Formats: sequence, structure tokens, C-alpha cells
Amino acid sequence: MGALTGGCIGLGRNRFVAVVMAATVVAGCARYERSADAGGKASAPSPVLRVGNYDEPEDLDPQIVTGVPEHRIDMALFEGLATEDPKDLHPIPGLAISWEISTDGCLYTFHLRPNLRWSDGEPIVAGDFIKSYQRMLTPSLGTQYAYLLWFVKGARDFTEGRLKDFSQVGFSASDPLTLRVSLDHPTPFLLKIIASHQAWDLVPTRVIARFGPIDQRGTPWTRAGNLVGNGPYMLKEWTQNQRIIVVRNPYYWDAANVKLDEIQFFPTQDIPAEERMFRTGQLDITAMLPSSKIDVYRKERPLDLHIDRYAGISYSRFNVKEAPFNDRRVRKALSLAINREALTRDVMRGGESPMYAVSYPNDSGYTPEARLSGGVTEARSLLAEAGYPGGQGLPKIKLLYNTSETNRSLAEAIQAMWRTNLGFEAELENQEWKVYLDSLRSHHFQLIRSGWIADYEDPNVFLEIFTTGNGNNEGEWSNAEYDRLAAAALAAHSEAERYANYQKMDAILVEECPILPIYYYTHPYAMSPRVKGYWDTLLDNHPWKSVWLDSH
Amino acid sequence: MFRFIAVRLLQTIPVLWVIVTATFFMVRFVPGGPFTAEKAVTPEILHNLEAHYGLDRPLYRQYLDYLGSLLHGDLGPSFKYSNRTVNEIIAEKLPVSLELGMWSLGLAIGVGIPLGVLAASKRNSRIDYICSSLSLVGVCVPTFVLGPLLILVFAIQAGWFNASGWYGPIDRVLPSLTLGSVYAAYVARLTRGGMLEVLSQDYIRTARAKGASEGRILCRHALRGGLLPVVSFLGPAIAGVLTGSFVIETIFQVPGLGREFVNSAFNRDYTLVLGTVILYAVFIIGMNLVVDVVQVWLNPRLKFE
Repeated sequence: MGALTGGCIGLGRNRFVAVVMAATVVAGCARYERSADAGGKASAPSPVLRVGNYDEPEDLDPQIVTGVPEHRIDMALFEGLATEDPKDLHPIPGLAISWEISTDGCLYTFHLRPNLRWSDGEPIVAGDFIKSYQRMLTPSLGTQYAYLLWFVKGARDFTEGRLKDFSQVGFSASDPLTLRVSLDHPTPFLLKIIASHQAWDLVPTRVIARFGPIDQRGTPWTRAGNLVGNGPYMLKEWTQNQRIIVVRNPYYWDAANVKLDEIQFFPTQDIPAEERMFRTGQLDITAMLPSSKIDVYRKERPLDLHIDRYAGISYSRFNVKEAPFNDRRVRKALSLAINREALTRDVMRGGESPMYAVSYPNDSGYTPEARLSGGVTEARSLLAEAGYPGGQGLPKIKLLYNTSETNRSLAEAIQAMWRTNLGFEAELENQEWKVYLDSLRSHHFQLIRSGWIADYEDPNVFLEIFTTGNGNNEGEWSNAEYDRLAAAALAAHSEAERYANYQKMDAILVEECPILPIYYYTHPYAMSPRVKGYWDTLLDNHPWKSVWLDSH
Repeated sequence: MFRFIAVRLLQTIPVLWVIVTATFFMVRFVPGGPFTAEKAVTPEILHNLEAHYGLDRPLYRQYLDYLGSLLHGDLGPSFKYSNRTVNEIIAEKLPVSLELGMWSLGLAIGVGIPLGVLAASKRNSRIDYICSSLSLVGVCVPTFVLGPLLILVFAIQAGWFNASGWYGPIDRVLPSLTLGSVYAAYVARLTRGGMLEVLSQDYIRTARAKGASEGRILCRHALRGGLLPVVSFLGPAIAGVLTGSFVIETIFQVPGLGREFVNSAFNRDYTLVLGTVILYAVFIIGMNLVVDVVQVWLNPRLKFE
């Protein structure tokens, strides 16, 4: 999940596209119609779903993993207190049957379902959650998503070693079915995080301890045969770089409503290869679709083509500490001078929408009202105002991106737009993914391609990045009013009040231009019409228990 | 001969040490690390993570520790696949690459050598031109074109195979064919060249003058010398094929070592990079030794010295 994937999957992976480019061209010419039983596969409709799953998972421990491939499998194996509605992902009861929130918003009381069981048949009690969260926050485990629990009283101090006694962290269980969580501040989106993110999933510390110290990474507890979970499915097979098979968990509380017998996840690192697997009927759902294939599918297999919304933003960051980007007018001029319609329509071609603000439209009922407006004329006059009429005297501007075909095309198009509209020649530089990340982390850039994908559904995901001191605010833009609004939003008493603050924050971002917005992500993939219950969701999360295969 | 092999084996120790040391430090000095991610983690979390893997200690200590565990045959834990060790990953992936490599080599030798001999024996005839053209095409068409082309024809259109994967014996066919055909083409060209050179030698004329049949001349007198260039080529080629082919393994989604080799560098999975490099080095050194021995056996003018 998270921004990690924005790069790894959305862009970093494209290095393979180049390698197999010729292949795609060749394969693209084929016209045929085939049934799903090709390649020696069973032809009878089987309740086995075969899913392309991006990449080989790093691990399956929900507290360790950070990426989308892992998250998708963990959604089958583990569950948290709340889970997601399959259609719109709003939090619905998971292992907890209900909950109450205190009037000040700082105390959550969760009531567990009676008779919950682990996939090995052992009962689940409230104390298991506390042990699980303790492990998540233990410093020696080095969990990267620990900060998603830091809203809880004392949690951050515990992870950072200032607090040694876990009983002082805000988790308590008054009886085996009641779990209390006390927070530092009301956190209006806490339930969304609990429902959507594996960091809040319940892990079996009792089982983990059998395979080594529970606060040690990488013990073999997550292997097939060892792993004990609490989700709708349990792990049957894990052959590295080959496939992962999960089967129905008979002890799951809602087992009666689990529709598929088995789900097979394939690490389909090579996107063109994955698309070929789909065509031979080896896969029911692909993780991605090569952008060169989208138009082919539109014409030849429209029923298989899906372009879902995807809460992610693609933009370039300005390094506002250095000239010329310490000048708001220059930033805005560069931003106004690019034609986002042309970029999405002609370069991206995957149904992406042009981005004129920051927050993702219609995310949890919030759509930014502010909109970057003005045309080339205004861009030119802003640049002249800043002392660079017609681009004269502008220092050399370098646009940095991570190596990929898509990024190159996008950068070249933007370079051409600046040349035509503003009269200066930007320099383009590409770097291999980790080198690029190193430049980003060490703030060695003028203008750098960036992406951000939401971990949970809430405008806060995108807006918090630009607060002062946020680790992901690499452009080092800082605005006191913006920070004040961000803090006020978290303390707001109603959703309306909170969103009003976010509107103001979006307006500041549009006005101050710490970033150059480009487009809102979409998620193009191929899926057999037989697959049902797999909805277009903003996070590309699909609770597996609701997915089924139509036999007709 | 045993003295020759023993000396050569002893020589590999400093060579391996240099390779390990150079790789260890090179991979560390490349920008970015195993935990460099797009999403920032707080310094405390990063510290916890680095402490777990010992990355917070001075580099020379990490190096000495690595050498220490290497002497015990322990290649360390993988940074990327946190619940696997490098030993396990190699143990799991190497057999797959070995199998793919063996099928491909079998094809390369089984098809390439007869084709080369045939072309050489019928020099400048139509058969020669056909064989030479075929091998030229084989050398020129890259695997990333041939692979998807074979998939398109035999998997997607004919429906005989899976488009990719490594599940049953049938899944071995297309990747082996793709990888093998390139090597077969090289082997055919080298065999033809080697044979032609040998066939123009005096001792072949002598054999002819003594009335030896054409078949006997080719197989008995010429082939041994004609294969010398093929053997030199096959040494490193075998090492390469057996340790995996990144492109083939990617196109056909074969769970072999070649993908790990390349991806470990992209992932800055330090231990996995080292593990695969060491393995590759051992293979190359070993195969070169085998080549030297075979060459002495094939070429009476060479001696073990």
C-alpha cells in the first residue's frame, strides 16, 4: 500500500515494459476469440479464482509488509476489528460486532463477536488484540507502518523507546469480548484505517512465538503450514515466484457467506506476460494492463476491460528552498503552462483525469472546490513578473523522474509544453528507482516526479503530506496557515467542519503551488465477465469473501 | 592433471575473495538502500529496522561478519523477502534454472552441432545456406522477441501450452525452446567455422588419401578439432544458462535464479546480490576449469601445465 506502490508498481515496474516492448507490439496484432479453458485448464466453472497479483510478496506478516501484493493476500488471511464494505469500502463490523465512540472522540469501545476463532480453531479474545498491537509497536520489530497506530495514547512513545511499559499504552480489555482504545486526539478517520489497513489486523502472537522471538522479523511463521490467521481464507500453498493458494477458513465467523473455495494469487511481475496469461485463460483478473493494450481491449474485448478509479495523485514536487522555485510565481507559471487534458488523453491514455487541485475528487464525499485556473497568457505574465520574461534569465531547470517509458513520455511532453508556452528548455534526467528515491530522500532535486496512493479513504491522506515537517514533504514547502488548518481539522467536531478546513487547505495549495499537479490515477486491468462482486473501489481493495464466479 | 586441477582450485580462493569484497563494497556505495522507499519512515523506525539487520554498525564490521558467516556457508537473510534466507532462495531457485538450462543446452548441443557439421560438410551448397541462414536468424532474433512470438502462436492461438508459469512438464517446452534456440544457433555457427578450419588441414587430406569414408573423416578426424571453439564458448555459456536467464524467466514467469539475480540489485537486497554473485562466480570458475581440461583432451597439442 501507500506511496511505495505508486512507484514500484505504477512506474518502477515499467522497466520491464521496455525489455519486452517488441513482444507487446507483436502480440498486439493478434485477433482471436478463445474460451477460458485454454492451456489445458479445467473447463468446468470452478469456484477457484485466479488473480494476477503484481509481484512476489516480501512476506505475509501483516505487521511487516508494506506493498500492494502483500496487502491483497493479507486481506484474505487476516481481519481487523472492522472490515470494508465490498462496494464502497466504508467500515463495517469485522471481528468486532459493534463499537461505541465517546463524545470527545477519544475513546473507542469495541465489542468482539462471541465465539471468534483462529484458523486453527483456538478462540480469539480481546487480550489477543492487545498482544498483537504490542508486537506491532515493539521497536525491535522495525515495523514501517507503526505510525498508523500512533493515534493511540502512548503508542508513539512505545515505538520510539521512550515508554517501556506497554500497559501504559491506550489499549485495555475489561473482559474477553471488550477492547478499549484511547486516543490522544479524536481521529475521525480511525475506523477507515482499521478497516482498510493491515497494520490494524490481528496476528496470532501465540503461534508466532513458536517460530522464534515474537518481536523478530522474518521468522518462518508466515509459511504455508505454519500460518494461522483469522480471515475468510487460510494459506494452503506458497511457492515463491510461482503462486500462493488460499482456501476457505472453516473457523471464520462469516464462513457461510464466503463464496469461493479457493483463490490463487500469481506473482505477475511482467505486465505483458500477465496479459498473455489472461488471454490463455490462466487468470480471471489481472493486476494491470499494459497501456499499449488499453485501446486494443476497448475495440476487441470491451467486456474484459476495466478502468477503475484509484485514489492516487501524480504530480511533480518543486524544491521550494532553491531559486527559481522559491518564487511562487515561477511555480505557478510552470504549472499553468502545461495542458493536462492533452497529457491524460494523448500520453497516459488510461482514462486518467486531469488534476487541478490536490485531494482526490469524491473521496469520502469530499471534492476540492479550489481549481488551478488561468492559461498560458497568465503563465507568461507571472514568469515575466518574476523577472524571467519569455523565459529569459531563468536558471537551468532539471526535471527528474524514475526510469520508465511512461515517465519519459510524460516528461518529454511537459518539456515541449514549456518550450512552446514559456520559451525555456528544461533538462530531463532519469534515474533508476532506488537512486531516484535517494535523490528524493536527500532533497537533491529541483523538480521531481512524484506519486502518492492513499492508504485509506480520506482527504487527510493527501493533505497531510504538505504540512511542515512531514517526512514526505520533500519539497520543504511550509505555510503556517496551512499547518494551523491541518491541526484544526483533526480536532474538528463534525465532518462538515473538518472538510471545510480541507477546502481551505486545497485552496492554499492551488494558490501557492508547492507541487505541480498532473493527473489523478486510474487502475486499468482485465477481468473475466464471470467474476462478480468485484466492485470499482477507490483503493482497489476488494474484500475477497464477497467475490464469486458466475457459472454461466 | 590432478596437480593442474588442484593448483587451479587453490587459485580460485583469492579470486573469490576479490569478487566478494568488490561486490560487498560496490553494492553498498550505490545510492539507495534496501529500506529506501517512496514513503518516508520516521528516523526512529528506520533505525529500528537497520538495527535489526545490523546495518547500523560500521561497514568494516559488517564486512568481517559477512566473511565469517560465509565461511560457514551462511549467506545471511534476504532483506527483501524477510522470512527467507539467501541459502533457501538459492536452494529453491537454482534447481529450476538448472533444469531450464539443461533442456536448453541439450537442445543447443543436440541441434546446433549436427547442424554445424552438416553445413560444413556440404559447404556452399543449398543445405549449407539453409543451415547458415537459420543459425543467423537464431543469433539475431532476441529472446524477448522469440519468446512472446512462440507464446502467441503456440499458447494463445493454438492453445497447446500455458502462456507462462512453471507447473507441469509441458511448461518446460516453450522457455527451453526459446533459450535453447539462441544457443543452438551460436553452437551451429561455431561448429561450422571450426569444422571448416579443420577440414582444410593436412591431416584430413592424409585421411582422405588413405581412403577414409566421408562420414569417418567428419566424425572421427574432424569433429574433435572442430569442436574446440564450441567448447570455449560453452564454458561460460553453461555457467550463464545454468544460473538462469533473466529475460526468459521474466517472459515465461519461471521461478528461477536469473530473476533473483537481477531483481536483487534493483531491490538493493545486499545479501541476495552477494549470494547470487558468488554462486555465479563459482560456476564460471568451475566451468572454465572444465573447459581447460576438455580442451587438452580434445587438442593433442595442449598439455597440462
